[in-house]
Amino acid sequence: MTFETGVFYFFSTVLLLSATAVITIRNPVQSALFLVLSFFTASGIWMMLEAEFLAITLVLVYVGAVMVLFLFVVMMLDINLARLREGFWSYLPLGGLIALLLVVEMILVLGSRNFGLDHFSQPVAHGPGYSNTAELGMQLYTTYVYPFELAAVILLVAIVAAITLTMRRRRGTKYQNPGQQIHVDRSTRLRIVKMDVEKSPPVTEAKG
Amino acid sequence: MKRFKSFVNSWFLIEMLKGLAVTGRYLFARKITVQFPEERTPLSPRFRGLHALRRYPNGEERCIACKLCEAVCPAMAITIESEQRSDGSRRTTRYDIDLSKCIFCGFCEESCPVDSIVETNIFDYHGEKHSDLYYTKPMLLAIGDKYEAQIALDRTKDAPYR
Amino acid sequence: MTSLQELMGSAFLPVWTLVKILVIVVPLILCVAYLTLAERKVIGYMQLRIGPNRVGPLGLFQPFADTLKLLVKEIIIPAGSSRFLFVLAPVLSIAPALVAWAVIPFSPGLVLANVNAGLLFIMAITSMGVYGVIIAGWASNSKYAFLGSLRSAAQIVSYEIAMGFALVGVLMAAGSLNLVDIVNGQKGGILYWYWLPLLPMFIVYFIAAVAETNRAPFDVAEGESEIVAGFHVEYSGMAFAVFFLAEYANMILVSTLAVIMFLGGWAAPFNVVPFTYLPPLFWLVSKVACVLFMFLWLRATFPRYRYDQIMRLGWKVFIPVTLVWLVVIGAIMQTRFGYLVH
Repeated sequence: MTFETGVFYFFSTVLLLSATAVITIRNPVQSALFLVLSFFTASGIWMMLEAEFLAITLVLVYVGAVMVLFLFVVMMLDINLARLREGFWSYLPLGGLIALLLVVEMILVLGSRNFGLDHFSQPVAHGPGYSNTAELGMQLYTTYVYPFELAAVILLVAIVAAITLTMRRRRGTKYQNPGQQIHVDRSTRLRIVKMDVEKSPPVTEAKG
Repeated sequence: MKRFKSFVNSWFLIEMLKGLAVTGRYLFARKITVQFPEERTPLSPRFRGLHALRRYPNGEERCIACKLCEAVCPAMAITIESEQRSDGSRRTTRYDIDLSKCIFCGFCEESCPVDSIVETNIFDYHGEKHSDLYYTKPMLLAIGDKYEAQIALDRTKDAPYR
Repeated sequence: MTSLQELMGSAFLPVWTLVKILVIVVPLILCVAYLTLAERKVIGYMQLRIGPNRVGPLGLFQPFADTLKLLVKEIIIPAGSSRFLFVLAPVLSIAPALVAWAVIPFSPGLVLANVNAGLLFIMAITSMGVYGVIIAGWASNSKYAFLGSLRSAAQIVSYEIAMGFALVGVLMAAGSLNLVDIVNGQKGGILYWYWLPLLPMFIVYFIAAVAETNRAPFDVAEGESEIVAGFHVEYSGMAFAVFFLAEYANMILVSTLAVIMFLGGWAAPFNVVPFTYLPPLFWLVSKVACVLFMFLWLRATFPRYRYDQIMRLGWKVFIPVTLVWLVVIGAIMQTRFGYLVH
């Protein structure tokens, strides 16, 4: 067993264990953290496949951004576990059947008959100067430029839609506009009024 | 025009740079730190620090156990017990100040008819246990004996204003 | 060297790499220690004080005294906390700060791993640092820690976008993700460094870096006047010290990155004789020191931002500015003035 195989088995063991932990563990925060761990080990395996751009992007996007926001939400949830587990046994037969069906389908489609090793040629080992990123960019912006741009536009539409759906002007809240705040100077806050004395001061008369 | 000016101000971080310039200038300004144990700042003769019990020049302790200080103390830090001495004069047998209660208001010193309890200008005393800050009569008398010259000097300096 | 290689056989490569890692990490930790002293001294001087001066000559041994104090203090683990995660959190915050140094080039040829996707690697690794803060806040089971970690998570994720866009500008100018190539692209003196064509991005990167490391004036995650000490309020002793170490190691990291991306890395500012005689490492270190000084200067000058203003600055000012400048840079590169950028 070479060093690489050892590392591969280490990563895959951790990946499988943490992926199992994601769906079995009770605490939602811990299960989200296990998901982070499985992303990380998956990225390690991709790195070993010389797909460093994909591996790093997986960490950057999923671990660094998506899961942070996910944790953000999960940490503030107040989940009643007892109520969630209610009716587990009555749903089990149907759920188990569907799960079994899915597994059989996946084996039929993704099994070695269609995706076996003999369907693919041996990948070429690249030298140290080979840049995965440049290659991927070249493919994306030449061969697949229309699908790529289309995907970008769909994502943009999704962002705009998400923002318009969640944006609502609530009444009665007191917003501060920092732009306005920093434009304030003395003349807008303080007005010095020069005015005449309205009543003449009382004249004190000397007695006696 | 004013709009434009404030636009330039905020986009080119003018005010931020002004702030940085101020701190940058002070980086090179003369430092005013007093190196405490070696250097000390001058103290007023009215400074109220550690307490002391004074004696008359002939060695007789001044305190006559009138308990005015005990009565006036707002923090109730002073405890006094008294007895008649063999020569017939009234003296304290116990004069304790709990410095962890004391608020250094100086009322004890003001109330004393014989200038016995005074507050010296010592402020850097310490105790390693809570009970170290409980000062008894011999301790207070010892402080008075040790710093009598300084105490007397402070009193004479302050005398014209009283 | 070769005899050593023969002596150790196949164990040579791992051991040799470990030695190289140590050669990077040990001076880094020392730098962190002295950065804390420098911070206290600089801020002291700006406030007309002289800072620590009692331990050793000019207070030079102060960091060691601090470390010793923190080492012998007890690590208190709160009863209601999640024990394992509570201990894991400081480790998770220091690890990315150290891992990222693997791809940092110190001078030509002096780099632990000269990988092609170095810039991406750094962005991915630094984005991991937020987990230490989040887990610390959640595992402490304390409302102040939790508030601090929520603030910090939102802030770091927001500013990472602006920071990423600023680095994309560098990537466009250099045409490479490799950090060595990025530095080599800035050859020719101070006017050829990327700070000039990418000036708005440089400023955005620097401010985002201050926010990313949770330093004043963006230190709402700690916010000692509002939420006690934020995410590390329950930590004591060495566990607290590790958070501190991570914060300062991150500061040094982002400063080094700023130097490599925008300030020419190890290149001398002028290509004339007295400057080019000095070793490249000297230029890198002195530039990093200047950027770090700016960090301290900012802390001594500005009051803390209000939280909603931090978010507004990140989303409504920095991201649009960097996006616009990306378009400008792209447009310039397509014209015959493209040499201005490269």
